[in-house]
Amino acid sequence: MTDATIMYPRKPKRIKGRSIAVLVFLTMAALFFCVPLYVLIVTSFKEMDQIREGAMFSLPTTWTLEPWRFAWFEACSGLNCSGLRAGFWNSVVILVPSLIASIALSIVTGYALALWDVKWAGPFLFLLFLCAFVPFQIIMYPLIRLTVTMGIYGSITAIAFVHSVLAMPILTLIFRNYYKDIPPELIKAAIMDSGSFWRIFVEIILPMSGNILIVVLILQITSIWNDYLIGVTFGGLGTKPMTVHLANMVTVSTGTISYNVNMAAALLTAIPPLVIYFVLGKFFVQGIAAGAIKG
Amino acid sequence: MPSVSFEYIVKRFGAITVLDGLNLAVEDGDFLVLLGPSGCGKTTLLNLLAGLLDVSSGRIMIGDRDVTELDPKDRDLAMVFQSYALYPTKTVEGNLRFGLSARKLPKAEADQRVQWASELLQLTPLMRRKPSELSGGQRQRVAIGRALVKHADVLLFDEPLSNLDAKLRTEMRMEIKKLHETLKPTVVYVTHDQIEAMTLATKIAVMNKGEIQQFGTPDQVYEHPETLFVASFIGSPAMNLINGQFTVTDGGPGVVFADQTRIDLTEYTFASLPRDGDAIAVGMRPEHFVHDPVEALPGHTAFDLTVGMVERTGSDALISLDFADDQLFVRAEPDRAAKTRPGDRVQVHYPTAKLNLFDAKKGRRL
Ligand SMILES: Nc1ncnc2c1ncn2[C@@H]1O[C@H](COP(=O)(O)OP(=O)(O)O)[C@@H](O)[C@H]1O
Ligand SMILES: [Mg+2]
Repeated sequence: MTDATIMYPRKPKRIKGRSIAVLVFLTMAALFFCVPLYVLIVTSFKEMDQIREGAMFSLPTTWTLEPWRFAWFEACSGLNCSGLRAGFWNSVVILVPSLIASIALSIVTGYALALWDVKWAGPFLFLLFLCAFVPFQIIMYPLIRLTVTMGIYGSITAIAFVHSVLAMPILTLIFRNYYKDIPPELIKAAIMDSGSFWRIFVEIILPMSGNILIVVLILQITSIWNDYLIGVTFGGLGTKPMTVHLANMVTVSTGTISYNVNMAAALLTAIPPLVIYFVLGKFFVQGIAAGAIKG
Repeated sequence: MPSVSFEYIVKRFGAITVLDGLNLAVEDGDFLVLLGPSGCGKTTLLNLLAGLLDVSSGRIMIGDRDVTELDPKDRDLAMVFQSYALYPTKTVEGNLRFGLSARKLPKAEADQRVQWASELLQLTPLMRRKPSELSGGQRQRVAIGRALVKHADVLLFDEPLSNLDAKLRTEMRMEIKKLHETLKPTVVYVTHDQIEAMTLATKIAVMNKGEIQQFGTPDQVYEHPETLFVASFIGSPAMNLINGQFTVTDGGPGVVFADQTRIDLTEYTFASLPRDGDAIAVGMRPEHFVHDPVEALPGHTAFDLTVGMVERTGSDALISLDFADDQLFVRAEPDRAAKTRPGDRVQVHYPTAKLNLFDAKKGRRL
C-alpha cells in the first residue's frame, strides 16, 4: 500500500484553460441576471428627475420610497387607480385554492398509482406523461368552453380549476415517483392492518411526504403566482391577479413613463415567491436531495 | 385457533406459473414452516394466504371459512415481514396501535393489548421511540408485537430473521418458539434456513419449484426424506448421496457402486422394490456413522476407507473418506478427528435401517 502511494502521487491542482473558460462563462451568466436586477432595484429608489438624466447604473442621489408607495396605493391599472394592492389580494385569493386543489388532486392520484393496484395504471401514466408536454395554448380554447359550460368562467373557481388541471400531470408523476420508493412491504403491512385507502394515506403516507410536499409547494406557489395567461384568460374583471395589474400598469402609458414606479411594482410582484424561497429554501434542497424514503 | 388449508392452488404471473395445483393443510395450533430455496414460491404462497395476492384458481380455507375472496384485513391474520415494514413516522406505540384503531376496539381493550404485547416483548422502555432509533432486534420485536396485538387467528412470518446477525437470530428464534408455546397460535412461517425450520416447526413443508416435496414433522423430513431434493436440501453437513446400481443376488437385494463395493440391503424396508439393474442413489447421514467398532455390529454395513481430508467445524469435525470415485463425509468427535491424518485408513459402520434409497431417475424414495 505504501508503494502505491509513492507510485501514484496526487496531481497538484492547477487552474487550467478549461476551468477558466467555465469560470468566465459562469461570471457572465451571473452578470446576465444580476445587472438588470441591479438596475431594477436602484431605479425603484430614484426620483424621476434623476432618471431623466440617463445614467442607468448610478446609485440614487436621494433615496426615496415614494415610487414604492405610489405603486402599492395609487398606480392605475386601466381605470382603477387603487394601486397594486387589489391585485395582490386577488393573487392571494387565487393562490390558496389553486394550491390546495392542484396538490390534493395530484398527491392522491400519485399515491393510488404508486401503491395500489389500479387498473390500466400503465396506460394512464403514459397518458399523463404525454399531457405534461401539451402546451397550454393548444387546450386554452377547449378549457374556456368547458369552464363556460360549467358556469364558472370568469371566477376564482375557474382559475383554480385550470391551475389544477394543468399542474396535475407533472405533479402526479412527481408524487408517483416519490411513492414508488416506499418499500412494498410497508404498504402490504398497512393493508393488512387497516385496508382503508384514506386511512393509510392520512396516517402513514402523508406523514412520510414532507420533503416532496415542500418541493411541490415551492414549484406551485411560484408558477401560480407568476402566472399571467390563465389569470387574464379565465379571471373576471374583479379577479385579475397581480401580474395582470402589473402588466396593465406598465403598458398603459399616458404622459411620461414612471420608470421608478414600474420598477417598484415589478419588485413588489416578485417578492412573495422570493420570500417563499428564503423561508422554504433549506427544505427544498433537502427535499430534492433526500429522494428515497428512509425508515 | 383454526386450521388452514390450501386446495388446488394455482398462481400465475402473466405467462409464468409459480404454483400449479398445490395442496396443503395444517391443523390448528400447528407451527408450519414453508422451507425451500429462494424463488421456489414460498412468499407467493404466504401472500396468497394473506390476501395480498389473488389466486389464479383454487381455494383457501381458514377454519371453516372460505377466505379466497376476502380482503386482507377481513381474514383475521397478522403478518411479520422480512424487512419489518414498520411505519417510519409512527412511534413504537403508534405502530402497535395502528392495526387496532382500524378495528374499532374499545379504548380500554386496545390499551390493555398494547400493554400486554409491550411487556411480553420487553418493548415498554421503547414505546416513545421511532423505528429509526431502534436496533435490528428491537425492530423485529416491534414487528412481532404489531402482529400479536391484533389477536389474529393465524400468524404469518416471511423470513423474519434473515436480516439479523447470527447471535440475534438464535435469540429471536427462541423467543418465537416460546411465544408459540405460550400463545399456541396457528403459525405459517416462511424460511430458507433449515435450522430455523427444524427448531421451530411442528410441521415442515419442503418446497421446490412451486411444489410441495414433502410435508411432515421435522423428524420425518429429516430421517425419512421422501425425495432426493429433500434429502439433499435438509441437513448440514448435507447427506451423502452416492449413485449405484440395484442388484438382486442369492444373498438378497443389494447395491453395487462404481468401484464394485456392495452393500447388502436385506435389512432395509423398501417402500417400493426397484428392479434388478435400476440406477439408485444411496443416502447416508454423516452423523449416523459409527467409528472404530470393536466387533462387527449387527445390522450395520462396514466400510474400510482411506481418509481424504479432516475438517474442524466448531463443536464437530468432518472427515471425508474416498469411496466409490466419490467422497463420503463422516461426522467425528474432535478428539477422534485430531488423531486422523489424510491417507489413514479408518473403519466406519453404517446402520442399514438408516439408509435412504432413492430412485435416481424419478427422485422418489424407495
Ligand atoms: N409479481 C411477480 N411477477 C412475476 N413473477 C413473480 C412475482 N412475484 C414472484 N414472482 C416469481 O415467482 C417465483 C417465486 O417467488 P417467491 O414466492 O418470492 O419465492 P421465495 O419467497 O420462495 O423466494 C419467483 O420465480 C419469482 O420470480
Ligand atoms: Mg421470499
